[in-house]
Amino acid sequence: MAIRTQTIGDPVRRREDPRLVTGQALYTADIPLSGALHLALVRSPYPHADVVGIEADDAAAMPGVRGVFTGADILPTLKAPFPVASSPSGGAFEGLQLPGSGPIADRRVRMVGDPVVAVVAETPQQAADAAAAVWVDYRDRPGAGDCRAALADGAEAIYDAVPGNRAFRWDLPANREPDPAPVVVAQDFRIQRLIPMAMEPRTVAARPDGDRITLWTSTQSAHRVRSSVAKILGVARERIRCVAPEVGGGFGAKANLYPEEVLVPWLTLRFGAPVRWAATRTEDFQTTSHGRNLFARLEVRADESGRVRHADLAMQFDCGAWFSRPGPTTPSLTGTMIVGPYDIATAAARAEGAFTTTAPNEPYRGSGRPEATYLIERMLDILAGRLGLDPVEIRRRNLIPGHRFPYRTATGLTYDSGEYERALDLALEAGDYAGLRVEQARRRAGGGKPLGIGVACYVEICGFGPWEAGGVTVEPDGSVTVRSGTSPHGQGHETAWAQIAGEQLGVDPARVSVLHGDTDECPRGIGTFGSRSAPVGGAAVFTNAETVREQAKRLAASLLEAAPEDIRFAEGRFFVAGSRARAVGWTELAAYAASEESPDDAGDALTSDTDFRPPSETFPFGAHLCAVEIEPETGEPRILRYISVDDCGRVINPLLAEGQVHGGLAQGISQALFENAAYDADGTFLTGSLLEYAIPRADMLPAYELRRTVTPTPINPLGAKGIGEAATIGSTPAVVNAVVDALRPWGVEHLDTPLTPEKIWRAMNESQAQGEESESD
Amino acid sequence: MNHRVCLKVNGEARDVEVEPRLLLCHLLRDELGLTGANIGCDTSQCGSCTVLMDGKAVKSCTLLAVQADGCDVTTIEGLAGENGLHPIQQAFWDNHGLQCGFCTPGMILTAVEILDRNPCASDAEVRHGLEGNLCRCTGYENIVKSIVAAGARESA
Repeated sequence: MAIRTQTIGDPVRRREDPRLVTGQALYTADIPLSGALHLALVRSPYPHADVVGIEADDAAAMPGVRGVFTGADILPTLKAPFPVASSPSGGAFEGLQLPGSGPIADRRVRMVGDPVVAVVAETPQQAADAAAAVWVDYRDRPGAGDCRAALADGAEAIYDAVPGNRAFRWDLPANREPDPAPVVVAQDFRIQRLIPMAMEPRTVAARPDGDRITLWTSTQSAHRVRSSVAKILGVARERIRCVAPEVGGGFGAKANLYPEEVLVPWLTLRFGAPVRWAATRTEDFQTTSHGRNLFARLEVRADESGRVRHADLAMQFDCGAWFSRPGPTTPSLTGTMIVGPYDIATAAARAEGAFTTTAPNEPYRGSGRPEATYLIERMLDILAGRLGLDPVEIRRRNLIPGHRFPYRTATGLTYDSGEYERALDLALEAGDYAGLRVEQARRRAGGGKPLGIGVACYVEICGFGPWEAGGVTVEPDGSVTVRSGTSPHGQGHETAWAQIAGEQLGVDPARVSVLHGDTDECPRGIGTFGSRSAPVGGAAVFTNAETVREQAKRLAASLLEAAPEDIRFAEGRFFVAGSRARAVGWTELAAYAASEESPDDAGDALTSDTDFRPPSETFPFGAHLCAVEIEPETGEPRILRYISVDDCGRVINPLLAEGQVHGGLAQGISQALFENAAYDADGTFLTGSLLEYAIPRADMLPAYELRRTVTPTPINPLGAKGIGEAATIGSTPAVVNAVVDALRPWGVEHLDTPLTPEKIWRAMNESQAQGEESESD
Repeated sequence: MNHRVCLKVNGEARDVEVEPRLLLCHLLRDELGLTGANIGCDTSQCGSCTVLMDGKAVKSCTLLAVQADGCDVTTIEGLAGENGLHPIQQAFWDNHGLQCGFCTPGMILTAVEILDRNPCASDAEVRHGLEGNLCRCTGYENIVKSIVAAGARESA
């Protein structure tokens, strides 16, 4: 029977799903822990305050309570600083401040939700009851709900060591003196703050295991959590086994290190018993990192034909109260990606960051690329409007042509490969762009609901190194084990990595086991974020499997008494060229490798565990098209068509890639229309639950029409570029461009997101009022 | 002052003593070890904890355990039959109707009720029927596709 050996590119159903659709999967809250104690945290209700007194005797005496701890108990025992921030490498940061405040308050709170007192009890309900009985006396201080307030003259210092609250300056000077250009357009933008909101709130559990601790946490990066926690607690890394079990989504916000990941193992060591903490949704909204959240001013200079010659970007970035991971990468990524998929000769960008009394503001699905893409795509529409050009035409005039790759941008990046205009053409064809424009003209002339058409082209940056692990071993029974350093939380790596190893080794993917997210099972790893898993972690599996195949060739040569260069490989079997009848497969080779007859140097035969170190990043791209209709009476926008063309290079599993696009579109569309995480001027949190924060429901989102082009990357041998964030990046500007296009008869050139019905209605009605006024003047 | 609650869970009679304030989701998860119903919010918005109570999809975080006295509860663990996956579970698998899987038990059990009411539910009707269940991974596209496909299979 012929074995199907080509499996990369097949729409294989996920092997993860049977346990998930039957409720057998174990998330951190589900891990059975007999005799576990439960942690509840007393958190600050104030954005900024001194803690002047804590009265916990009543709480300590309540039923089931086993202990009450404050910063005074915990902080002096810690051996390394929390947070773990350090300066990002390679960035032009100046004056970067990385103040630390510990995983629990030390007499000062700096955001709503800062932990102040840890209460441990025998049941979650007893812990919550006792936490409610703790009395904390706060002395209020002025707070700052956004970075402009924090940077204002006379603003209260959030850290004594950081007067003026300035967290950093970042500067990317122009690559050369910009050429003169006659058309200059500038626009101020406010990109709102968003809550990533994985469905699973953050949860941490730990258990003593002999002289070790097992730490389960809902994370995107078990290995990094282990390293940091070991340092902070002052225990050897080998004494901590960190496991990311089933993880219910992350979107970047679970790639950080959080206070509870330190407090739970600290308490486990203290009690010698298992301890668990599960965030409520409100705790999760208050304390898990938020994203986006940028003030920006973009100026472009162009010639009269619409060719953009120069881009200049100034940003103010809100860091929140602390860095939950190594430093601010979002503003620098926004700056370096500001030229988008366009051939813009010169560019400059700068940012200043400020601490505020709000949740940390960190990478959220796309980090920097959604911001940059939104800014340049909005600006191209504004420029097209000023010049009387069609939005598609202005893009055609500026897109980097296919023959220019690898392309060096004005901001110093090297784009690997691309066929940008082909993606745009496909989107226009699939969406019948010409037909939509005809319909729009008909409605504008003859009445009907306002129709808007939005186009957005994007390029993004993925596949960040410096390395990822993906060891491959052929076991004595001929089955295969992959040990990956990636940390999936819905992406389906168990299925996809089995496809890669299966194809490389010519074995049925069902014979491939994939281990991940466990520091005992997988010796090394970085994790899953920044769409790096396929181009770095997948490439590691690909190259290690290739090495194992070469090892097998040498073994086969010995077994078949032939020269290694004469050994051929097909469909999972090795044979001497020309005599296919005498072939050996993995089972025979594995048995031979383990036997005494195998060559002397075969001690670690049929296994390879070399990390893949990408030489550079990858640059997926695409084009999105959105048609939107406005309900004139209410201002409500309704998406009629949504076409997403995404090129992520070689696709490992189209089912999974499409799933990533679907989810990305939902989040990008939602940024355009619905979501807004709000603090008041002092930093009081206004959207602390799903009652206030608009996560879209099924009936708020359209059906998506997906198309794909395939332009492999030369950066890794797999040819994959990454797909986790792409659709989030393209969709926000496509939707906003469509809504603003619908509002063009009202003279609207730009509206800041989210485009709520109220905002749209006001734009339609208040601009009419202005029009009437100016007529009467 | 504990209360006695007698109920049937996944076909099995259970007799438990509970605090009056205990929520049904905590009874299922913490007392009966059925962790398939997930807790994703504290305001009854997300639907991850949905179970079937006497055939109706309910959010188990919105009910007290004592309210389930005398009721027949089905959780995701009890949905598959002797012959394997329930058609809706199968459809979610076949159509990539889940990613992280956290909302999935609630989605599937809500889908049972949607298709009980109308096996031929359209895309729009399914979307409307899912208004009490949030998903953050799939953009709902393949969830809707899965439910419509399961309905078509049941009514075929």
